[in-house]
Amino acid sequence: MTTLTDPPKEQFRLSMLLYDTRYRSATIQVIALIGFMLLAAWIISNTIQNLEGLGKPIEFGFFAESASYDINQRLLEYNSQDSHLRAAFIGLLNTLVVAVLGCITATIVGVFVGVLRLSNNWLIARIMTVYVEIFRNVPVLLWIVLAMAILIEGLPAPNAFRGDNPTATMDLFNTVAVTNRGVYIPEFLFSRSLGDIHLFGTSSIRFDISLDLIAFLIVLGGSIFTMRKVSAWAAAKQESTGDRPKIWHIQLGILFVPMIILLAALGFHLGYPELKGFNFRGGTHMRNSLIALWMALSLYTAAFIAEIVRAGILAISKGQTEAAAALGMRQGRIMRLVILPQALRVIIPPMISNYLNLTKNSSLAIAVGYMDITGTLGGITMNQTGRELECVLLLMLVYLAISLSISAVMNWYNNRVKLVER
Amino acid sequence: MSDVSFVRTEMLPEQAPPASEVGAIGWIRHNLFSGWFNSILTLVSLYAIWYVLSGVLPWIFQSVWNANSLNECREIMIATWGSTHGHACWAVINDRWLQLLFGFYPSHLYWRPIVSLILLLVALAPVLYSDRVPSKMLIVTAIYPFLMPFLMWGGTIWGPIAAALGFVVGWGVYTLVSKRLSGLFGMVAGVAASVIWWLVLSSYFVGALDSILPIGIEAVQSRQFGGFMLAILLGVVAIGVSLPIGIVLALGRQSDLMIVKYLCVGFIEFIRGVPLITLLFVASLLLNLFLPPGTNFDIILRVMIMMTLFSAAYMAEVIRGGLAALPRGQYEGADSLGLNYWQAQRLIIMPQALKISIPGIVSTFIGIFKDTTLVSIIGLFDVIGLASAIRADTAWNGIYWELFAFIAALFFVVCFSMSRYSMYLERKLQTGHH
Repeated sequence: MTTLTDPPKEQFRLSMLLYDTRYRSATIQVIALIGFMLLAAWIISNTIQNLEGLGKPIEFGFFAESASYDINQRLLEYNSQDSHLRAAFIGLLNTLVVAVLGCITATIVGVFVGVLRLSNNWLIARIMTVYVEIFRNVPVLLWIVLAMAILIEGLPAPNAFRGDNPTATMDLFNTVAVTNRGVYIPEFLFSRSLGDIHLFGTSSIRFDISLDLIAFLIVLGGSIFTMRKVSAWAAAKQESTGDRPKIWHIQLGILFVPMIILLAALGFHLGYPELKGFNFRGGTHMRNSLIALWMALSLYTAAFIAEIVRAGILAISKGQTEAAAALGMRQGRIMRLVILPQALRVIIPPMISNYLNLTKNSSLAIAVGYMDITGTLGGITMNQTGRELECVLLLMLVYLAISLSISAVMNWYNNRVKLVER
Repeated sequence: MSDVSFVRTEMLPEQAPPASEVGAIGWIRHNLFSGWFNSILTLVSLYAIWYVLSGVLPWIFQSVWNANSLNECREIMIATWGSTHGHACWAVINDRWLQLLFGFYPSHLYWRPIVSLILLLVALAPVLYSDRVPSKMLIVTAIYPFLMPFLMWGGTIWGPIAAALGFVVGWGVYTLVSKRLSGLFGMVAGVAASVIWWLVLSSYFVGALDSILPIGIEAVQSRQFGGFMLAILLGVVAIGVSLPIGIVLALGRQSDLMIVKYLCVGFIEFIRGVPLITLLFVASLLLNLFLPPGTNFDIILRVMIMMTLFSAAYMAEVIRGGLAALPRGQYEGADSLGLNYWQAQRLIIMPQALKISIPGIVSTFIGIFKDTTLVSIIGLFDVIGLASAIRADTAWNGIYWELFAFIAALFFVVCFSMSRYSMYLERKLQTGHH
């Protein structure tokens, strides 16, 4: 007979830090942390020494100084006497403008191409494959520079629109002028405008919000709220009686009538661009740089989105469609209630990461002179003030903040649509 | 009862299917005209193809190849076809293609990048086609990282040899120490010895040997590098170095060691959160600030470092996806065989995880190769930078389609081959049963 005894309590020895798996992980982590801190300290001390040598210690006072450069494409008012901080803010808005425009266009084109790539029609599927391969395998910077070159060299100058026999004419019933200085589109004007409200006084993030826009949004929100109430009423009626009342004309009325009344009350009209002197006046001027960047980024990203959409649709097995058809659903409902909810779960996460890529790629604006945050903060401000460290670090922080917020949205969405498993 | 049978007694001869269902006609009916909507789509696409080709084909083929300026090109076009519209002026490519490919690399040394490229293909062959190329060729692959910088930058031969010796020194110290003490100590000591060799001793070694035996070839300055050669150089280095770093980062992110994990997560998320152009700003403006005062190392090397870090972060995420996709049983199986962490990773986990992530890895490669064009923004003369320079030249002012078509074709060929290779590799490594 053997008796089981507890193993003798081991004394802690120094070598156990290396050989005992219980302690070794702690040892490795402590060494890694010390190594990282040493590296960071080394870099920081080098930087401080170098900056002292150059005579420019880190400080952010230059942001309050006058920027003294102009930003030609902007959403808010700005002039060259404004501060560098204001310029950076305008640049940030420009980044967001091109990112939002690009994401919308890329999604539309990408979904269209992705669906057509799965078409039964051999020819159209091949054409879309060619589009996807060409755009995916050529650098986006080349597309941006090429788009800019086409706009500048290929389009008529404003003076080609002049005279009795102009060589160029305006498009879309004389409302849009496409010139080599940019595209002039009609602008929204209100003859009985409610005015603006000014936010943040005179600080560098001041901006004006048009009360007309707010009124419009309130009316739109009210209409949508009422429409949902009406469709809830219709659904309740369907539940109780089995007949679904016809509501589409009511819905259309609720959506459009208040809107039209409001626009008429505010005296809404379009301001058309007109050729005056050497250039067009009136209307909204979209610079070539904005259009080139927007077009190139959207077509490039659309090729990636097309592949995602295609993969997402292919990921849903054919049995789902057949089962839904067996339940007696019609084509549209199968798509809306069965295929899309499942496909979107596959499509949305990579789609958002492509939106993120598009936003980051919009920093290539600097190649065509579009004044986004890279062009202002990381471009002219940096060159004028010579504050490379501060500017580049801030630039990185701004992009990091944008990326992390988009990632947060993505995680929130992923958690919401995640399959609930036990 | 007559002898009439209501059932046919003899078989009818087999008939050929109707002509409209098989062959070319059947194919066309099924794939192009299977309904009114499909027919409209087909007609619209046929028109679109005709429209594009009728513009592009004459543009490509009825073109001018020999001229010294865009104006001369236009004169020739007017003399030949009566208009300048719809004809390409390939003379610009004919005039500048060497510059677009090699940048300002000295023309009598063009053989060096060409030999480097050929050797690159030789070095890649045993890796890419491991089943057809003898594995002895891997020696070329091992030598290539030291040979290529020597060929490209020139200078003394002792520099690359000293760099290679660093690995020998590290290996020697590792075997010595791990025999006496433990493997972990050996690893640390080996790495430390290599680093000391590279940072401190190797410069004396090179200096001494260079004064005794000055063997070398003509040196080329980094600012003379450019063109498509620069894209390939940056791409190859970033791709080659980022894969191992990416694997280490991915393992770090998956690891149980809290601090290591958070360091890796922080690094990956930071790099992925900022655009590459800001990292290139760091390379061109800030990297020298981060190093001891007076350090000023080569701009191409700095760009290589930042591009490698950038691509490593993306690579880490791709490989992490592969690791996460691996069934839990594989990890448990490796544990039950009694393998330690590194053995399990090397023999069980990584081969499978990497196989799963091949498409992602290759698309990261393609992405980083395309992103090498961004160096034109910080003032290096890669193809896009050279294209801008050529367009600013008075002789070629106003030309753009021809230049960009040429550059796009260069990138397309490389990137498209990479994506096709990844498909081939996926098929080759396919072990599932279908």
